[in-house]
Amino acid sequence: MSAAPPKIAVRGVEKSFGDKRVLDGVAIDVAAGESLVIIGGSGTGKSVLIKCILGLMRPEAGSIRIDGAETVGIGRAARANLTLKFGMLFQGSALFDSLSVWENVAFGLIQGRGMPRQQAREIALQKLAAVGLGPEVGQLSPAELSGGMQKRVALARAIAAEPEILFFDEPTTGLDPIMADVINRLIVDLVRGLGATAVSITHDMVSARKIAHRIAMLHKGRIIWQGPTAEIDRADNPFVDQFVHGRAEGPIEMEVRAA
Amino acid sequence: MIAFLASVGAAFLAFLATAGRLVIFAGEALGAGLTPPYYPRLILRQIVYVGYFSLPVVGLTALFTGMVLALQSYTGFARFNAEGAIATVVVLSVTRELGPVIAGLMVAGRVGAAMAAEIGTMRVTDQIDALTTLSTDPLRYLVLPRLLAGLVTLPALVLVADIIGVFGGFLVGTYKLNFNPATYLTQTEQYLETMDVVSGLVKAAVFGFLVSLMGCYHGYHSRGGAEGVGQATTYAVVSASILILLSNYFLTQAFFAQ
Repeated sequence: MSAAPPKIAVRGVEKSFGDKRVLDGVAIDVAAGESLVIIGGSGTGKSVLIKCILGLMRPEAGSIRIDGAETVGIGRAARANLTLKFGMLFQGSALFDSLSVWENVAFGLIQGRGMPRQQAREIALQKLAAVGLGPEVGQLSPAELSGGMQKRVALARAIAAEPEILFFDEPTTGLDPIMADVINRLIVDLVRGLGATAVSITHDMVSARKIAHRIAMLHKGRIIWQGPTAEIDRADNPFVDQFVHGRAEGPIEMEVRAA
Repeated sequence: MIAFLASVGAAFLAFLATAGRLVIFAGEALGAGLTPPYYPRLILRQIVYVGYFSLPVVGLTALFTGMVLALQSYTGFARFNAEGAIATVVVLSVTRELGPVIAGLMVAGRVGAAMAAEIGTMRVTDQIDALTTLSTDPLRYLVLPRLLAGLVTLPALVLVADIIGVFGGFLVGTYKLNFNPATYLTQTEQYLETMDVVSGLVKAAVFGFLVSLMGCYHGYHSRGGAEGVGQATTYAVVSASILILLSNYFLTQAFFAQ
């Protein structure tokens, strides 16, 4: 009997922008139901990797398999079907400012899945409740919300269609420590409740320890360490050690220019 | 000398590459409209935005253009006793050229800039990527309704602009230049042919499509935050204006060259 394929399997993925090679042969697996957090400094390619998996960018080389099926180079229709499995929380929330809060949460249900507006609205209000927001918030515009509330709305939007795979891009950036902890707990509870696979990218180690089953570190376009969350403090890797303890001195040299 | 030729060649290649990207962008957006889902509400909303809300600015510019045209024609034509041709000059100039060109340029400034700014802001704040992750094709959802709205709305706007522009000429002709109103109207209608109006409306459809295309293309490909969005807005208006004037020449040649 053969073992089930990983939910996500990334092999030899390369991506460059001009002369700058951002991903240089990334290889990593994510098992079904697992929560993987990818850490790394700014400009190391974390966001690019997640965008390649989502299909928002096309890698120049390598393979990305979801449920065993190759996704690099697939057509628009196949891509549209594949994204039905995904939910994504963007770093800046990326809420549609021309729509109300509930319409943002229901957007994927109405436009992506053709659900009637009334039914989608009820689900949107349930999801808003799941992230601690009352139905009165649903009528507001995203511009009327604080950063923490926008993050919660974006989280509700990401889980609205109950996706199989959730992606979180810097979920706690720009939030105060208490709100960051609220978001971390919501992520843990919602991912567990959905039984979803989660891939998060962050450089917030508090967040990483809270939401990850497993942590991988990306540096200069390669995965240089990966292991269970509990082992990161015992990792025999000077790059991981420097990053986890936030030291300016060490093998990681911060680049002045962005990738 | 070689360096100069190389730079000219590089600029030409860059121009061809941009033109190619533009054609692919337009083709993909229009192709997306061949299969469901369709967004009729979004198309209607864009038609109202492009057409209805542009009426005041297009109407005002058409009115004053017609008035100035009558005044200028009079001062010029009076030198060789051809004042009687003023009504004909006004109506032919407005319907064939000034109506579509002025409406196109005004809509480029008002609507093309707004499209580039809106879509550009969506790009730099990840809202376009968010659309994709929510199983919604951004070309189908954002670009196609704007292209269709530009294509169908500008001819309607130009028809209104034609009427207002001719009315402007009539006002100056009768109240300031003391033409007999009935004579002015007869002369307006006497030499006007269907093709004069139709050619203007076809031009308007082309200009409307170009304005929307430039706004969407530059907004969709904007980069680098607020500065990038500002640049996209400038490029959208400038490129649309140039393309309107350029295509106007070729369309005029196609319609009227003997």
